[in-house]
Amino acid sequence: MSQRYELRFSGAGGQGLILAGIIMAEAAAIYDGKQALQSQSYGPEARGGASKSEVIISDDPIDYPKATAVDALLALTQEACDKYSGDLKEGAILLVDSDLVKKIPKGDFLLVGFPIINTAKNEVGRTIVANIVALGAMVALTGVVTKASVEKAVLSRVPEAFRELNLKALQIGFDKAMSARETSFTQMGEEFHLSR
Amino acid sequence: MAKKIALLQGNEACAYGALYAGCRFFAGYPITPSTEVAEVMARELPKLGGKFIQMEDEIGAMAAVIGASLTGMKTLTATSGPGFSLKQENIGYACITEVPCVIINVMRGGPSTGMPTGPSQSDVMQAKWGTHGDHPAICLVPASVQELFTETVRAFNLSEKYRTPVTVMPDEIVGHMRERIEFPEPGDLPVVNRAVPSVGPEEYLPYDTRFGDIPPLAAFGSGYRFHLTGLNKTADGFPTNKAEVVQREGERQLRKIEDNIDDIVLYEEYLLDDAEIAIVAFGSTARSARYAVNEARKAGIKAGLFRIITYWPFPDKQLAPLAARVKAIIVPEMNLGMTIHEVKRCAAGNSKVTGIFRVDGEPINPGQILDEIREAGK
Repeated sequence: MSQRYELRFSGAGGQGLILAGIIMAEAAAIYDGKQALQSQSYGPEARGGASKSEVIISDDPIDYPKATAVDALLALTQEACDKYSGDLKEGAILLVDSDLVKKIPKGDFLLVGFPIINTAKNEVGRTIVANIVALGAMVALTGVVTKASVEKAVLSRVPEAFRELNLKALQIGFDKAMSARETSFTQMGEEFHLSR
Repeated sequence: MAKKIALLQGNEACAYGALYAGCRFFAGYPITPSTEVAEVMARELPKLGGKFIQMEDEIGAMAAVIGASLTGMKTLTATSGPGFSLKQENIGYACITEVPCVIINVMRGGPSTGMPTGPSQSDVMQAKWGTHGDHPAICLVPASVQELFTETVRAFNLSEKYRTPVTVMPDEIVGHMRERIEFPEPGDLPVVNRAVPSVGPEEYLPYDTRFGDIPPLAAFGSGYRFHLTGLNKTADGFPTNKAEVVQREGERQLRKIEDNIDDIVLYEEYLLDDAEIAIVAFGSTARSARYAVNEARKAGIKAGLFRIITYWPFPDKQLAPLAARVKAIIVPEMNLGMTIHEVKRCAAGNSKVTGIFRVDGEPINPGQILDEIREAGK
């Protein structure tokens, strides 16, 4: 991969999306030996409001630090999906929380959805790790960093006592996205189904 | 041994650069989007025997940085727009008393409270003209996380060498983005310390030009006693109204910079050798411009980039000949037209100069610059 690969993690402020982006960038830049750049955009609110974190990964030095045509978008809220899906590349991956994002933008992309926040709450046991569930899913869907690298990056970022919780969240997100992907299909702007 | 590598935020890189340069004192007042500089300094300085003080406001912080520097320490403060405005009077005090110190100003939208989380490049004129009176100004505008580290080190070096405050001004995008950084080992980058007196306390004068335009600076507490004032002063530091002394001293203070332009001015040229259209840009906008230049080259348009790294003193010496040999110059900047006036001054009518200005909190994207390149190429 010598081309720029652009990822965007979006949702509401306070959901940990900036951290998810940082971990993705660390996996690429520190453990996979690639170039990576993470940037963010958020409003003045500490919680709430649309928030995004962008990660650009490339084999070559990265000049423009923001996304130009997004290869993979995560949207945890409808507001974020509406606001940040306008510059998706043709054939891009769109991962949504299927409980919260009902209105899907039209376009030619691979749509994958599962209840991300509820998975964190019910299957991992803590809502707070929804960002890591989403991160695992983004790793599975994009393949832009190795799973081993992202595991190392997660471990280096979280306190000792929460390592197991976060690794579990990452794994469940990874597995959910893999199975969701099998039942999703490229949507051509007409009818579509969220895979559950 | 392999170099230490990390994914670091621009603001964090500033702080680590300051520590590398030997900074052991930080005074500040937290403000978005610069707070991470203070956070790292608060965490790291005590481990190194340094001092971190959160002051009552930005004015106090600037005063503390000047005071601490006078004890021989290398000192830092960090702020953004409204805080930079508050610091201006004391920056002038540091200029006239010739006290080295470094100010990080992470540029956000303005004026006033403006857009706290939005990027901007609209403080570049304030960095030179913000404090009143004629005074030297050095301002550096890095464009990457690695460069924020190295330019902060250089800011300390220039400040110590020329006995003057130096400003480092990343825009919010550069300050907040994260990139891979290789930490320089001790010895990889030069570290400059201010000249100290070679004469004893009884003979010492704080503005003794027998030693050149940059008089040695004694540290308070080291046995040397001298007077300081914001008034125009004589060699002993006491106030004067004597016309010839005031004129001579004013000229000397500017000469410290003007006679050393080549030592201070840093820039980067990209594909300019055969360029017909030149972009002049800095900070995150220069990264956007580089992308646009590459796209233009793919389309067969001879475009190139002049990236400003030292904003003040302005790179007149490089831009004047550039303007004489290109057809057009494009100046994209996140303000409503500031750098363009400096570029036009350098171009002196020798090439067409147009600008792309944006203050909506969004970066100037490569597409916008490419459109302007195509237009200029017609």
